[in-house]
Amino acid sequence: MSSRSSLSGSTSPAKSAVIREKLKRRYPPKKSEWIALVFIAPSLIMVTVFFLAPLIMDIYMSFFKWPLMGTPKFVGLRNYIRLASDKEFINALIFTGKYTFWVTIAIFAVAFPLALFVEKPMRLTGFFRTSFFLPAVVGFATACILWVWLLNPDMGFFSVVLQRLGIADKPVQFIADYDLAFFAIIVIVVWRMAGFTMLLLLTGIQAIPTEVHEAARIDGATGWQRFRLVTLPLMKRTLALTLIMSITGSILAFDQFYIVTLGGPRKQTMSLVYEVYQKSFISFRLGYGASISVVIMIILIIFTIVQLYILRNKEPLK
Amino acid sequence: MSSEKPRRMNRPPLKKRINGTFVTVVGIIVAALFLAPMFWVTLSSFKTKTEAVQPPLIPWPTQGWALDTYRELNTFGAGLFQHFLNSVAVTFGTVILTILLSSLAGYGFSRFRFRGKNVFFIIIMLTMMIPFQSVLTPLFLILTKMHLQNTLLGLILVYTTLQLPFSVFMMRNSFDAVPIDIEEAARIDGCTTWSLFTRIMLKLTLPGTVTVAIFAFLNAWNEFLAALILLNNTEKQTLPVVAAFVRYGKFGGINWGSVQASVTIMMIPCIILFLVLQRYYVRGLTSGAVK
Repeated sequence: MSSRSSLSGSTSPAKSAVIREKLKRRYPPKKSEWIALVFIAPSLIMVTVFFLAPLIMDIYMSFFKWPLMGTPKFVGLRNYIRLASDKEFINALIFTGKYTFWVTIAIFAVAFPLALFVEKPMRLTGFFRTSFFLPAVVGFATACILWVWLLNPDMGFFSVVLQRLGIADKPVQFIADYDLAFFAIIVIVVWRMAGFTMLLLLTGIQAIPTEVHEAARIDGATGWQRFRLVTLPLMKRTLALTLIMSITGSILAFDQFYIVTLGGPRKQTMSLVYEVYQKSFISFRLGYGASISVVIMIILIIFTIVQLYILRNKEPLK
Repeated sequence: MSSEKPRRMNRPPLKKRINGTFVTVVGIIVAALFLAPMFWVTLSSFKTKTEAVQPPLIPWPTQGWALDTYRELNTFGAGLFQHFLNSVAVTFGTVILTILLSSLAGYGFSRFRFRGKNVFFIIIMLTMMIPFQSVLTPLFLILTKMHLQNTLLGLILVYTTLQLPFSVFMMRNSFDAVPIDIEEAARIDGCTTWSLFTRIMLKLTLPGTVTVAIFAFLNAWNEFLAALILLNNTEKQTLPVVAAFVRYGKFGGINWGSVQASVTIMMIPCIILFLVLQRYYVRGLTSGAVK
């Protein structure tokens, strides 16, 4: 996105490439080889120990029955076979899919109008952008705890207001009912993420040259036509990337279910990551938990491949 | 995020001005909706003990301002100060280590040519493609083996690793932006590689460093799941986990006053940091490497 964004001050890939070309000529490879490793080694060691090693171990563990204490026992593919008939896992898989679908739609339904709204410079534009974005710097867990307070049935804001307005006749149990709980989670996540998504979309909108819009206007295109036929097609790449970021983020959801709904009511809001947490760190079936992790990883790798595919097909912009 | 263009001097026609006012009013209402929860909780946290547990129909204290909720929060776990200190230690540890490692690696990737460079770069970037949530189980075991499980240092190392891909990418681009001629001039003046790096290059890439630092700060300060799993003594816990425990009623019934206080304490530093340095934050966000 860096090459297209007007807000960004970082180097464009083209410029980087020129610099790297210069480097090739000025520094012969042999002379500088060892000292470069001194610079890179610390990061490489950290990534190896705290990421690559667990990654490989995760796959390895998924073939074992692995209790917290005692010796692990090799079970082959049995963990995966059991997953296929594990009701809790299948429910979590379906629920996570459903959540991802609805929350992504909700976020975009709010973020896109916001991005179009703050795109044109007008009175208070800076204030609007900052206000819409501000919830995004609040931690996800913090945001969830804040909303738990607002949504609690007895001392919370919404329950009492709904009662005073006569819409509800008794305290509203937001998390005791599946539909209400689901709706509440969507509202919380939209509040937290809409501004963030808005900003990403905004960079895509602003990267469209104004001349294109001018030309369309001179040709007599209405506002809606310009949006549909000029803005949307020209920001396809930004749109796709933002969409994938929202999807992958939602698949990994945990905080909102652990903090707000506690996985309930009746374990109906257990996400995939929550399942991993439950299996690995509550039941201490580490091998089984690892096999769920591998499934999550595969799902996300598929999305990452799609993302890389989109990134590769750079459409001509200007 | 302000990009207002200079206003034209001639006044627009009346119809357009009314339209503009309408748009501004709509904007203010929507902005208020986004800001309200944060205002509500911050103001409510200064209510007296009895008022704090009432439904917050009026956000500001009406029975006088007090620090009751913070005093009550202090009675949970190992005390507010201890948990605040834990969070500060983890956050600053992560920020400093991230800056150090990513500046070194960014310089290495930007200015040297060596065999395996691309492979190493991809290995570091890989961390961004695969979610850390899926490696938590083995990470727990590895940290236990290294006697780092249940320590703040262990958490710092994990958080730093999670920050590295974005930060190394960011720093490499920052170093790429520094003209090579500056470096050559310094070399002619007799600079060694190391002093060139510490005395000249680090100063010239300060904006990139600030961006890296903000993201490391926000992510470490707000992180929840890894802290929940990797620290098992309550007294070692960081603020978000303790606040979730308060919400769970782990220390006796749910105390809504303490919930307000904990949310406020966690939220305010992030908001201030963002408002002061938002230019750098947005720069990091739009460089397309955030995940």
